[in-house]
Amino acid sequence: MSTLREPGLRNRRAIPWARVPVEPVEQFGQSVTEAVAGGWRVASLFGTPEGGGRTRLVAILADDAEGQLGVTSAVVGDRYPSLTPACSQAHGFERELAEQCGVVPEGHPSLKPLRRHPPDHLPPGRHVEVSDREAYPFFQIAGDEVHEVAVGPVHAGIIEPGHFRFQAHGEQVLSLEIVLGYQHRGVEGLLERVGRDRAVLVAESIAGDTVIGHGGGYCGALEALAGTRTTPRGQTIRAIALELERLANHIGDLGAIAGDVAFQPAAAYLGRMRGECLNLLMTLSGNRYGRGLVRPGGAAFDLTPAMAGEMRDRLQRLSEELDPVLTLLFETASVQARLEGVGVVPRSACVEHGFVGPVARACELPRDVRHDHPWGVFRFAHIPVATMWAGDVLARALVRRLEIQRSLEFTIEQLRAVPKGAARVDCGPLRPNELVVAMVEGWRGEIVHVVITDDTGRVRRHKVTDPSFHNWTALGLAMPGNEISDFPLCNKSFNLSYAGHDL
Amino acid sequence: MRFPPADAGADFPERFRGRPVGSLDLGACLFSPEEAAYSRDYRMATSTRDALVTTTGEVELARALDERARKLFRRSLRLRSVVAGSCNGCEAELVALGNVVFDLSRFGVQFVASPRHADGIVVTGAVNRNMRRALELTYEAVPPPKLVIAVGACAISGGPFAGSPEVGTGVGDVLPVDLWVPGCPPHPLTMLDGLLRLLGNDTFTEPS
Repeated sequence: MSTLREPGLRNRRAIPWARVPVEPVEQFGQSVTEAVAGGWRVASLFGTPEGGGRTRLVAILADDAEGQLGVTSAVVGDRYPSLTPACSQAHGFERELAEQCGVVPEGHPSLKPLRRHPPDHLPPGRHVEVSDREAYPFFQIAGDEVHEVAVGPVHAGIIEPGHFRFQAHGEQVLSLEIVLGYQHRGVEGLLERVGRDRAVLVAESIAGDTVIGHGGGYCGALEALAGTRTTPRGQTIRAIALELERLANHIGDLGAIAGDVAFQPAAAYLGRMRGECLNLLMTLSGNRYGRGLVRPGGAAFDLTPAMAGEMRDRLQRLSEELDPVLTLLFETASVQARLEGVGVVPRSACVEHGFVGPVARACELPRDVRHDHPWGVFRFAHIPVATMWAGDVLARALVRRLEIQRSLEFTIEQLRAVPKGAARVDCGPLRPNELVVAMVEGWRGEIVHVVITDDTGRVRRHKVTDPSFHNWTALGLAMPGNEISDFPLCNKSFNLSYAGHDL
Repeated sequence: MRFPPADAGADFPERFRGRPVGSLDLGACLFSPEEAAYSRDYRMATSTRDALVTTTGEVELARALDERARKLFRRSLRLRSVVAGSCNGCEAELVALGNVVFDLSRFGVQFVASPRHADGIVVTGAVNRNMRRALELTYEAVPPPKLVIAVGACAISGGPFAGSPEVGTGVGDVLPVDLWVPGCPPHPLTMLDGLLRLLGNDTFTEPS
């Protein structure tokens, strides 16, 4: 594990590409599995084209306890021994790199298409057969009384596309297989090809409800590579925006959960209050989702003292209005009866699969990038990590409730004392031949942007991992044993991003 | 009985990026601060793709459907949402249209759970490869007469993803569109204004 630590990689601290260890692929696999067995977590595992028709596999590991990152790599041809049998956290990443790089992880227990697109990171000189996008080998359970239920990609409500294939026995779900890729737009390819002015707009659009999260990850990577130090004022404005984004989504999620258990009063109130948070972002940035605010070098819009005062007042009022609504929601017996014991994710699954965000925190795993790998204002102002223990729909709802309270306190406090100085500084050219990892605690969990520059300082690889990439697996694990009619509720209790997963 | 004044309640903050001023294609605009200068006018939905391309900043706003269509849809319009390669921003604002603040249902407009129950589809997203077929099938499943509403820069022109091999250049290449709502994402009031104009409902707009 000392190989992993040696380059001294941390959140937003770039290292020369030459310092990334290169191991024989069997040793690479061992380094990763030993690290995970020792409590590290796979933050990213991806392929990037290398010369001679080969692919460089890169693993980024997170030591949350020490706030450090580890990195190792290996060069492979068209196949290599899969890490997944020994390390479940590699499962999705290996399916992804198989699809992106045309490399086969031999022995992978479930090598199915992930986003269903032809390889877009093939090393020059390699050719692979293009397979049928529509072909997908579904898991099926045979039996006289077993039936199969297919949902999507077009869903009943106004919601992103995805496909859910249930095997059910009456009401009871025996298994759920989730097929995504319907929102695949080619984000990484765009980030690697377009100029900086356009790339930030793509980054903001990875997931339209996580503009600040992904925008911050993208800008954080660039700033580290350019050696640009953002100002305390810029960091504070970004943190305020990030927490407003968290508030808007958590409040909206609780409203949606209330809607799914037919508790209309809370659904109605919370729907309005979500809008209050979006309108605060609009006051600050001109856009309800904060588009245009986070830019390389800091915040493109500044806070006037009058604006800070107004936002504080509005948040204070919001806090006072929210309290009785949340009390009503959580203390109503008919709501509790619907939320308790449904959609349980065991803590062991969170550890094994590397789930992140409120999903992990609802199983008493206190993972939070603001705490474990802090950046910007979070190095100085600590928001206590919110955890619950039952891992059910109720626990995930309660974690959101706690985070709403804590983000409100934090944001009001930050608005009271915004540091003086410029909100934004220039962000110069990127240093050549470096690797950086920028992590953000988005409202769904850990966002990771890995950027590698070439010898002219251009971005040659940009690997994006949305928290949903890890957490979709949790929904598949949570549904069996539940009633199929509880699927919308369970789905909403995770509220995962299809676009964030699909890129 | 008094009617609310036109633009009643549309009070946007100073930095709100509404309709751009100057020469621009509103359908390709991503409404970023760097791209253009903006007014605070939220009204910019149009009936044709061409009407979104302006040299003066003025835009011919959406016209009402013909009398026959108005008779069918004016008091009851059922819409089906199809998301074809989006970031989910437009969907979030479409969902907001149904909340207690905007309350789309008071205008007789509702989203339904099946194309068979619908009068038209609302398309968001850049019409990517993986959703193109589903979009076509859903449209085919809507009994005629049927409408198509394109919401957001992606649905109109591919948006931020234009140029990616995985997406096209908007739903206009695939289906006949009756209403174009620009934005990234469009504010719920921009969507609502477009819908009301299409239906010939002038409660909140200047009578045409």
